[in-house]
Amino acid sequence: MTCSTRGAAEPLLRIEALRTEFPTNAGPVRAVDGLDLTIGSGEILGLVGESGCGKTVTALSVLGLVDRPGRVTGGAIRFGETDLLALPPARMAAIRGERIAMIFQQPRGSLNPVMRIGSQIAEQFIRRRALGRAEAWARAVALLRAVGIPAPESGARAYPHEISGGQAQRVMIAIALALEPQLLIADEPTTALDVTVQAQVLALLRERCRTLGTALMLVTHDLGVVAQLADRVTVMYAGHAVETAPVASLFARPMHPYTQGLLAAIPRPGENRERLAEIPGSVALATQTGCRFAARCAERTRLHLDRCENEMPPLVPRPDGGMVRCWAAQS
Amino acid sequence: MSFTTAEPSLLALPAAAAGSRRATLHALLHNRTAWIGGGVLLLIIFAAAFAPWIVPYDPYRVDPIVRLQPPSLAHLFGTDALGRDIFSRIVYGTRLFLLICAIAASIAASIGVTLGLLAGSGPAWLDMLIMRLIDVLLAFPYILLVLAVIAILGPSLWTAMVAVGIAGIPGYARLVRAEVLSVRSLEYVEAMRAAGAGVWRIRLGTILPNVVSPLIVYGTFATPLAVLAAAALSFLGLGAQPPAAEWGAMLVNARTLMFTAWWTVAAPGMAIFVAILSLNLLGNALRDVLDPRSR
Repeated sequence: MTCSTRGAAEPLLRIEALRTEFPTNAGPVRAVDGLDLTIGSGEILGLVGESGCGKTVTALSVLGLVDRPGRVTGGAIRFGETDLLALPPARMAAIRGERIAMIFQQPRGSLNPVMRIGSQIAEQFIRRRALGRAEAWARAVALLRAVGIPAPESGARAYPHEISGGQAQRVMIAIALALEPQLLIADEPTTALDVTVQAQVLALLRERCRTLGTALMLVTHDLGVVAQLADRVTVMYAGHAVETAPVASLFARPMHPYTQGLLAAIPRPGENRERLAEIPGSVALATQTGCRFAARCAERTRLHLDRCENEMPPLVPRPDGGMVRCWAAQS
Repeated sequence: MSFTTAEPSLLALPAAAAGSRRATLHALLHNRTAWIGGGVLLLIIFAAAFAPWIVPYDPYRVDPIVRLQPPSLAHLFGTDALGRDIFSRIVYGTRLFLLICAIAASIAASIGVTLGLLAGSGPAWLDMLIMRLIDVLLAFPYILLVLAVIAILGPSLWTAMVAVGIAGIPGYARLVRAEVLSVRSLEYVEAMRAAGAGVWRIRLGTILPNVVSPLIVYGTFATPLAVLAAAALSFLGLGAQPPAAEWGAMLVNARTLMFTAWWTVAAPGMAIFVAILSLNLLGNALRDVLDPRSR
């Protein structure tokens, strides 16, 4: 299967103007507000942004797993031909795991502590593929081998507390990809792991997705991870997308001041700085009119742009086929 | 006899020890209390299973010639006012003891666990409905609730077991609900949802197995209470009816003879004491082993 159907035909997942709200005593908080995002089939998309910008809520919204009292209040999520927001709960449950799977930040916490890891994989085959126990177990062992668990025959009999965090994340990948879904959402899959293990798990994630032709939505705040893995990047800020572009050209030529700030904040070897670069200020609530980044934006002050504070900039095309949401980039 | 139910919150343990079944078994085998409690319980089960081969006399055969014999080699625990061999009746009594344990505990546990699971993992209105019903049950003093159920169903050993079972529901329901609430927002439950598991799949396959260990511990404390209550009902004439070889019933029939033939009272009293003690010891040992805080 090809991996680069970038932007060409109808994308696998298309999110348009998504809004997910959580009611609070001080009125609804819009965790996601006007997010646009597409993923082609087999594509690896990095969804980047700082803590609290709505990355995880976006992932949960796609799966219909936003916990009450939060709910999706606007926009559209189309998965192939299906409108995910209009699906009844039973049909949504049938899609989860089968066509869209997800792995979480805490690999060990995501495994049921009282079940052998082999059984947790085999369960998918027994439940969803009507396989017998022996055959399902054999498939589980084969999957554990594919994700690089040493001695998978005996490893399958281990309980989650007996394996390391890196191995647990490998098991989670095996479970998530067991039914060969078309889309895998990985929410900060390596944040809880040792740096040495992170690279291995990421390489595995890419290898498995490429082999199965599974598209990957990689939710992360780590631009290094994105550079390593993704085909395309969408940068989120305060609940919506501010810039999206193929990974190489985004790193080569970031157009949104926030993306520029993120890239400048990465420490580089050989550089000797007293203090790491930072973006001053903190994320504003997505309730103001105008650009949500305006208050922290160095470009705006440099160019003396007034409209930033009053008018929300639209997403406009970048020369490389990407999009950017910035008045300064347009002028 | 005391009729207070053990407070569930005291026994609500984190399910942290779950998953390490082998370690649990290992710790249990090195626990002297567990050996004593479990040993006596096994002895009771053995006696119940092989009662006809153990007893020297038919426990129901009346023989006025040997009435009120003190303990001797012929009659180990003596005979009662009708000349029945008390040892034989005690041995047969193990069957009713285990029956009461099984019936009362399974009624209380099955209904209580189901209600607790539904309340803890279901929609808010269902939680409200179930827990208010449980509060109603709890508002009655334990023995009064049991008596009320018997008043409705009529006195017999079976209704006594059902009544004691019903009175045990609130404890289980509250314990399970509390445990479910702490488990249901954990990551692996979320992961199961993301894998497309249905509501019942998650309740029975993921949440329930993770709340089992505190449940086992609670069961070993709640069950002896149920047995005591059933014995008390027999003592009040509302449970097992004569001539049943039930320890509580034997106790009440012999109570007028307490000062003339002490063995008629001592034997069933000791039997109840030892049996309950064994369950409590086992419960203590299980709690020590399953509770990570006491290690």
